[in-house]
Amino acid sequence: MTQVSTATVENLTGLAAPDRFWNRDRRLGAGVTVIGLVAALIFGPLAESKTARFTLSTDASGAALSINGQFGTILFGLIAVALGVVMLTGKAKRWQTLLLCLGIAAFVLSFLCWQVAGKFMPLIDTLSGSVEYALPLVLGALAGVLGERSGVVNVAIEGQFLMGAFGAALVGTLATSVWAGLISAMIGGLIIAAMLAVLAIKFLVDQVVVGTVLNLFALGVTGFLYERLMQPNALKYNQPPQMPRWEIPGLADIPVIGPVLFHTNVLVWIALILVFVIHFALKGTRWGLRTRAVGEHPTAADTVGVRVRGLRYVNVMVGGLIAGAGGAYFTLVSTGAFNKNMTAGAGFIALAALIFGRWTPFGALGAALFFGFAQKLAYFLSVAGSPVPNQFLNMLPYIATIVAVAGLVGRVRAPAADGIPYVKS
Amino acid sequence: MTNQVSRGQEIPLRLELRGITKRFGDLVANDHIDITVEPGEVHALLGENGAGKSTLMNQLYGLLQPDEGEIVVNGEAKVFRSPRDAIAAGIGMVHQHFMLVPVFTVAENIALGAEEIRGGPLGILDRRRNRRDVLETSKKYGLPVDPDALIEDLPVGAQQRVEIVKALTRDVDLLILDEPTAVLTPQETDELLSVMRSLAETGKSIVFITHKLREVKAIADRITVIRRGRTVAPSDHPAATLDRNRTSFSPDTPEDELAALMVGRQVSLEVSKTPAEPGREVLKISGLVVDDDRGIRAVDGVDLSVRAGEVLGIAGVQGNGQTELVEAIVGLRAARSGSLELDGESLAGMGTKKILRSGVGYIPEDRSLDGVVKEFSVAENLVLDMYDRPPFGNAFKLNPKAINESAAERVTQFDIRTSSPASTVSTLSGGNQQKVVVAREMSRPLRLMIASQPTRGVDVGSIEFIHSQIIHERDNGTAVLVVSSELDEVVGLADRIAVMYRGKILAIVSPDMPREEIGLLMAGITGAEAAAEPEPEEETE
Amino acid sequence: MTTDVEAPPPAKESPKEKEEGFLTLFLKNLWSANTVTVTVLSIFLALVVGAVLIVVSDSEVLGKFAYFTSRPSDALEASWTLISGAYADLFKGALFDPASFQAWFNGSGTWQAAFNPISETLTYATPLVFTGLAVALAFRGGLFNIGGQGQAIMGCVLAGVAGFAFHLPVGLHLLVALLFGVLGGALWGFVPGFLKARTGAHEVITSIMLNYTALLFLGWLILQKGVQDPERSDAISKTIATSAELPALPAPLRVHLGIVVAVLVTAGVAWIINRSSFGFELRAVGVNPPAAKTAGMSVAKTYTLLMVVAGGLAGLGGATQVLGTADKLTAQVAGNIGFDGLLVALLGRNKPWGTLFAAILYGGLRAGGNLMQVDIGISLELVTVLQALIVIFIAAPAMVKAIFQLRAARSARLGASMSKGW
Repeated sequence: MTQVSTATVENLTGLAAPDRFWNRDRRLGAGVTVIGLVAALIFGPLAESKTARFTLSTDASGAALSINGQFGTILFGLIAVALGVVMLTGKAKRWQTLLLCLGIAAFVLSFLCWQVAGKFMPLIDTLSGSVEYALPLVLGALAGVLGERSGVVNVAIEGQFLMGAFGAALVGTLATSVWAGLISAMIGGLIIAAMLAVLAIKFLVDQVVVGTVLNLFALGVTGFLYERLMQPNALKYNQPPQMPRWEIPGLADIPVIGPVLFHTNVLVWIALILVFVIHFALKGTRWGLRTRAVGEHPTAADTVGVRVRGLRYVNVMVGGLIAGAGGAYFTLVSTGAFNKNMTAGAGFIALAALIFGRWTPFGALGAALFFGFAQKLAYFLSVAGSPVPNQFLNMLPYIATIVAVAGLVGRVRAPAADGIPYVKS
Repeated sequence: MTNQVSRGQEIPLRLELRGITKRFGDLVANDHIDITVEPGEVHALLGENGAGKSTLMNQLYGLLQPDEGEIVVNGEAKVFRSPRDAIAAGIGMVHQHFMLVPVFTVAENIALGAEEIRGGPLGILDRRRNRRDVLETSKKYGLPVDPDALIEDLPVGAQQRVEIVKALTRDVDLLILDEPTAVLTPQETDELLSVMRSLAETGKSIVFITHKLREVKAIADRITVIRRGRTVAPSDHPAATLDRNRTSFSPDTPEDELAALMVGRQVSLEVSKTPAEPGREVLKISGLVVDDDRGIRAVDGVDLSVRAGEVLGIAGVQGNGQTELVEAIVGLRAARSGSLELDGESLAGMGTKKILRSGVGYIPEDRSLDGVVKEFSVAENLVLDMYDRPPFGNAFKLNPKAINESAAERVTQFDIRTSSPASTVSTLSGGNQQKVVVAREMSRPLRLMIASQPTRGVDVGSIEFIHSQIIHERDNGTAVLVVSSELDEVVGLADRIAVMYRGKILAIVSPDMPREEIGLLMAGITGAEAAAEPEPEEETE
Repeated sequence: MTTDVEAPPPAKESPKEKEEGFLTLFLKNLWSANTVTVTVLSIFLALVVGAVLIVVSDSEVLGKFAYFTSRPSDALEASWTLISGAYADLFKGALFDPASFQAWFNGSGTWQAAFNPISETLTYATPLVFTGLAVALAFRGGLFNIGGQGQAIMGCVLAGVAGFAFHLPVGLHLLVALLFGVLGGALWGFVPGFLKARTGAHEVITSIMLNYTALLFLGWLILQKGVQDPERSDAISKTIATSAELPALPAPLRVHLGIVVAVLVTAGVAWIINRSSFGFELRAVGVNPPAAKTAGMSVAKTYTLLMVVAGGLAGLGGATQVLGTADKLTAQVAGNIGFDGLLVALLGRNKPWGTLFAAILYGGLRAGGNLMQVDIGISLELVTVLQALIVIFIAAPAMVKAIFQLRAARSARLGASMSKGW
């Protein structure tokens, strides 16, 4: 019986080994090629053959990058096609991610050339707008990183935002201090985080369920207090001071990046510093090693004396502080007052950024900037009277996330113990 | 860290467990257990599956807290609230399921919980020092590990070394090893036993938990037997079987007597069966290639054939592709290439449901994950495969009456000990849960029976019952494929043994072949004499 | 990863409450942490927290607390008046107002006025039954269908469009419109179900994202030609044809046939779960997918079908909303029924009949909240807070037990872990 009967080996194709030709790289390559073709063949003919001006300022004035709209649309479309084809051949394996980013960038540029043809687009305004939209998303996603890397799923970011925004407006107005507002925003986030932590870690309630219910709770509480306190007496309760824009002399003079990053509100800097700090802390500190261990294999961590639940409490609560600060954006930076359900799903986009960014701080930053850009673009296009409905651009973060978790763009893997309460044997 | 080192070798550790009692609800898992472990001894804790050994050790290691009794270390009563306390008292443990983070490196795993840091309160990891500590311990005890390898890339034997090194870097004086040989080849087992011996010689005590008598006899200085949560009192037994202090049994106790102590009655360690009468070829596997979940080749060109009326055993250390092989046969895993035929009919693309219904019985290796739905009743579990077929139901609705009647019948027939067929399976013991699986899978008309680790975590009584059922099925003319990492089980049941190593069948041998030679094959060593051997027709003569 | 040590099944509750020997057996059972007791106590706790919120958000009453130490009765009296007024309104708006009954008997009022509160309660409850069942059914199959909102929106959209775009005979038109609603929801349920089955994408994430996609889609659609009401410039659609409306009791009562459909569908879902082959599959897949797969069931097929059915239920809820009460599509036509359905299912412990009762309770809170807002100006949002709090307490029976020192008893915990493996 041990001998191999070669006779049967031929008719084995029936057993349908899953075809590995369409591996991840090729699928992505095909995708990039297709969007490139769409850009060149559909956007191209639609684009007007007028100059598209991308001004290096916040309005139509000043120096500008100019290109013929139709030419640019087709050119960048073809570049995307070329990049897609390179990916398809599977030759440049090491550069796949870079090629993918470039391909998407070329597609976006093609789209912009089409939309901006005959008009202008202020680059600095677009970029700083993107950064501003991205700001709460980064902070929310960082809160998610802290919780989920230690194994606690946080879908209550939306609720933490709302409590943060409300707290900032209320206390900021009462104390007429931005900083008091910011601190109470963080406390607002902390309250929801503490409820999440206690219910999920101590009482072992399913974390997604708790998070969802807490979102509704935060929506109700802030809505109730808004209608009871703020609506009847906005002057007294709902007129928070605005966060000042600070300028770093020297750095702010760098073209494009200067005004975007170094002449802005403090929250942007806080967010960027947090991204770096959390990244390095996760990788290189005792806290980070233990956090990751607790998120991957809590029992293993427990058997070497790491306090699993304690660490999870700390991480979720710190996350609450950060998400609360993200909530402050809505009342202290974006608009001057609190409104019912004003975050309108931003917390879920932050969750999307967390997942899209693969549970890493820098990934979350990148995803948040991408989503922020999409939002800014949607706003810009609706103002500029584009035929593309802004609702569809606003869908982008959601659809991108669905595509990402469906594994169409590589494997997205959560920490192994994410969402699983830790019960000793 | 430094003061621990000095404490390490100088004061040997003497451990006493006094009257340890642990209850889970109504169940008494440990009932007033007394054990003394002297410094420098290898103390075997022998007991059946479910006897309460691991529960006891988890209390000693601070993972559980005893309801009664005390743990005394060097004359001082200790309370271990967490493993942290146990480690501080000099106690380390290597768990049956390794406590290693798969995506971490060896050094990170070993450092975890006892990290070398710099930068004071910032707690920045000092990876260089961590790495050096690992290499030092590794060298000192002769346990080679690569500090930079990822755990998930290591074979189980290496992972176990990492676990031992992890405990030793914490300067423990007493090391608990929970069923450490379950995942090892006979040769690796021997190696481990000699490591244990040399550790004991340096003054460390070893608590060795096992249910394998052979190993106990080979290494233990003294033996404590646990049966149904209690220590078997040595005072009831003849002095010949006791050690000097008369508190434990001596390793000189004969095997069958130890087995009787463990189970509480005389047991036969042999499976009784008549020679097989192989008939037609039922299952034919040729050139089968299967990948595991990570896309790594697990089954690498396997050719096998199982005949009606014979038991083909697959021996091998766990993780050599047996799981994937079996899953491919029942359609749970797609094959990359190769063919699978049942009575000449290709199983390709058939789907599990169809394969099972065309006459394949399947006892999966992981009972609680794949075998039963614990939240379901016994009756529901018994129709998990046939719920939409008459008489149990049709494509739309169930027929509860038929389901319950058949369940009552089969509960009796297969000796499933349950208060009622309506009880949930989670209330049953491991052995009875396994009998539910066996009953379900043997209720269909079968041509092929696949039993993967059929008696893992099962008490001796159930083992005997399940083994006899398997042989009974064979004698009815069913082709049987038994996969087990327990060589004894394979040797006992099989008419022919295929040894699997790294996804390949190295050889097909007779169960009469000496254990050592099968062991060598399991380790991938093919001597000339091992590879040549026999055709099934010869053995059955 | 939960480690499976050799130990016997872990004991969840520590048996420590022994000192309550003085209680009678009856009281003991009443005061044990069984499902009913925990539910009642959860509602009570939520009302207590709600009362605190009412008081702290009222500056007048709060002012009286400023001199609490000197004249405590002032503050307490004012608080009591406020809270009792609010909760009395909640009750009157939800069940019945004795005054209007009296008026009816006197002949000075109408029977409609007397039954209006119940009618309102059932009107609000109707869509919640469907969205609640959509969550409950999926939950039993191991999926957390957080996408009820999006599914309900798509149900609204398709039912609404079918309601004003088609011209069909009475009866048939309604049936077609309802079916379109089911279809819309089913489509929106299919996507996460299919993705989960094929790629393992976590349904929570995909369905959250689909919620917002549906909302944006609705926002876009109602501004399009052919959909938007030509006489209006704001975002509102044409009106549903009367032939597609769910028959209702005479005005001002709003309760419509939807509640009858809801009861029938509840019975149907109960049958599916307990007596059908698909129900057996979904329950097996729900608690142990590997074992179901090993026994030959197709987990992928079950997930997909389950989400299609669940989505269809939510879509039907959206359809009853638009065909029964709203009669037009607006951006807010689905309100919060999807998310409320989530709370309803959790309160109903994912059992069909439990979900029905929970939906009626929440409908009642909503109806009563309306009266409370109109009558004494306490924001309707209080109801959202109460609803969320009830579920928080229900979900953590251990907490309720700890607060009230209940005896340990078999208390239903909310299902398996849904958030595993994101």
